Amino acid sequence: MNDFMQQALAAAARSAPPWLEPLQARGREAWSKTSLPTRKTEAWKYTSLQALQKTFSAAPTQSAGSPLGDVPLPELSGPTLVFTDGHYRADLSTTELPAGLRLVRFADATSDQAERIAAALGSAILPGRHVFAPLNDATLTDGVFMDVPANTRIETPVHIAWLTTGQHESISVTQRLLVCLGENSGATLVESFANTATGGTAFTNGLTELLIGRGAQLNHYRLHLEQGDVVHIGGVHARQEADSVLNGFHLALGSALKRIDLVVNQQGPGAHCAVDGLYLPRGTETVDYHTCIEHAVPHCTSRERFRGIIADEASAVFNGRIHIHPQAQKTRAELSNKNLLTSNKAEINTKPELEIYADDVQCAHGATVAQLDPLTLHYLRTRGVPRDEAEVMLSYGFINELVEAVEQAELQAFLKPLLAHRFARDSRLTRHIL
Amino acid sequence: MLKIDNLHASVENKAILKGLDLAVGAGEVHAIMGPNGSGKSTLGHVLAGRPGYTVTAGSAQLLGQDLLTLDTEERAHLGLFLAYQYPVEIPGVSNMEFLKASVDAVREHRNEPALDSVSFMKQAREACKAVNLDQAFLKRGVNEGFSGGEKKRNELMQMMLLAPKLCIMDETDSGLDIDALQVVADGINAMRSPDRSFILVTHYQRLLNFIKPDRVHVLSGGRIVKSGDHSLALELEERGYAWLEDVA
Repeated sequence: MNDFMQQALAAAARSAPPWLEPLQARGREAWSKTSLPTRKTEAWKYTSLQALQKTFSAAPTQSAGSPLGDVPLPELSGPTLVFTDGHYRADLSTTELPAGLRLVRFADATSDQAERIAAALGSAILPGRHVFAPLNDATLTDGVFMDVPANTRIETPVHIAWLTTGQHESISVTQRLLVCLGENSGATLVESFANTATGGTAFTNGLTELLIGRGAQLNHYRLHLEQGDVVHIGGVHARQEADSVLNGFHLALGSALKRIDLVVNQQGPGAHCAVDGLYLPRGTETVDYHTCIEHAVPHCTSRERFRGIIADEASAVFNGRIHIHPQAQKTRAELSNKNLLTSNKAEINTKPELEIYADDVQCAHGATVAQLDPLTLHYLRTRGVPRDEAEVMLSYGFINELVEAVEQAELQAFLKPLLAHRFARDSRLTRHIL
Repeated sequence: MLKIDNLHASVENKAILKGLDLAVGAGEVHAIMGPNGSGKSTLGHVLAGRPGYTVTAGSAQLLGQDLLTLDTEERAHLGLFLAYQYPVEIPGVSNMEFLKASVDAVREHRNEPALDSVSFMKQAREACKAVNLDQAFLKRGVNEGFSGGEKKRNELMQMMLLAPKLCIMDETDSGLDIDALQVVADGINAMRSPDRSFILVTHYQRLLNFIKPDRVHVLSGGRIVKSGDHSLALELEERGYAWLEDVA
């Protein structure tokens, strides 16, 4: 048994709705048998969990109700649910829902809803694929259930913001989102994880399950914006039925440690997923992305494009696994991972991992690691652009293609300046942005 | 405008320029011709401060300032512009933003107020039209997927917006068909002024039918071996370079 979460486990057991208790109990049982991975564990080879060697306490049972201050969050036109330090904040949320959409907090679930949630929770997670899932189960006291009925298209984006405020030292926060898209439905979901500028140390365990019905389309944006002393161990586990589409976009700014597992399980023929991702650690930050696409049936496609810029003494891991099962004929899978190291001390470990057991498939993968090209830098300087500004332009240029590909316009408008300023240490360096 | 004395430069420890002297007055157009490998392109890169190009002796002054001690961007701020023979492709950086960064930097150095986005874009669109490029090129990545001729015209557009004092055109005519050559030549001619000078580095006389130079120099073996007026270019066209290499 790992003892670093004892207090949080005990607190959760006291404050959960009764119908979550069986899930919590199963989680506690499984977690008690779980050993924290070490660097001898293949999936954690390059990422140390040293940052978890301190004691984290449960978030307080009452929300402090503090104002948010300067948390960088996109402003979107749809409903927004805000949680701070694990507590729902009605004062910061807008809950007017578009017709057809159901957005239910676990704590508010009716008995029918509770039954559905309890039945579905965990069903998208393949056994053993998320080390921290049992801990999430065991400490779960509230979460969000997004339910889109069959044949319903939700046009406005749904935004769920999970924040930590730093008002409590070393807290642990459990976040859980369950999304069910009925047949031929469609929706856009934005998840933001962020902390306030005064944010202290926090451990966040964010787990998202996406159940995408036959012919449905989900656009899922997951923005990991926490900075500073936040350890985020999170995951997105998706199950796709026939002819469904999952369009994903991931962004991870660096913090003490971020480890995100993305597992897409294509269970019905004709399913397609396209995921873009950016990770931008700097200082001594670490970002670790593990993605896995399970092509379990014929005629499915996937495309992943991940790009990382690693600065200073930061490090990053990208492990992209594509698993094509024996019966998954006619699969088309593409994986591209490009990295830019802007310092000699920056580190990237990139590994495409292909396991192909079917013979009639098309599978392409590539990984590159590069530094800023000296001749390109020189060319910009011959036009009068100072070196530091040229470096900012080229760094942003490296990820620009994926930012331009963000279809949700409000989100793109939020991301562009955020990312441009990410590379610039003073605003003069981004004056060229039009 | 430009004064070069006894310039020696090497690339990867190989001496390329070996005592080059050149003086270009304000408002003048000079052509530098010469056989392959004579150091024509090296001259432009040395003046622009390209990494790997080392000056081993001599001096170069632009508007009375020692060019060789300045950083590359400072040379540009002073008024030096090198139009590349092979312009660099920069995917992900839009042409418009690249131009804005350049113009902002140069204007700042000249103590001119920064242009707001609207006036800048207006100027950029006008320059784009002047070099006969579609406006869509402003939105594309810098030179990304441009044809050879489009890249050359893009260089010319940058030159128009930056309004430099000394323009070095490195084989700007190479790879251009006759129509594109006319557009480029028209652009250069339109920019000629009493306080702006040009150095046209070229292999062929052809460009000089469109832009009449004040002086023509022959570069061979890293030095200028012969100078003359426009008629020298015609003579070279007829006789080639071999007779001059003997002189050198």
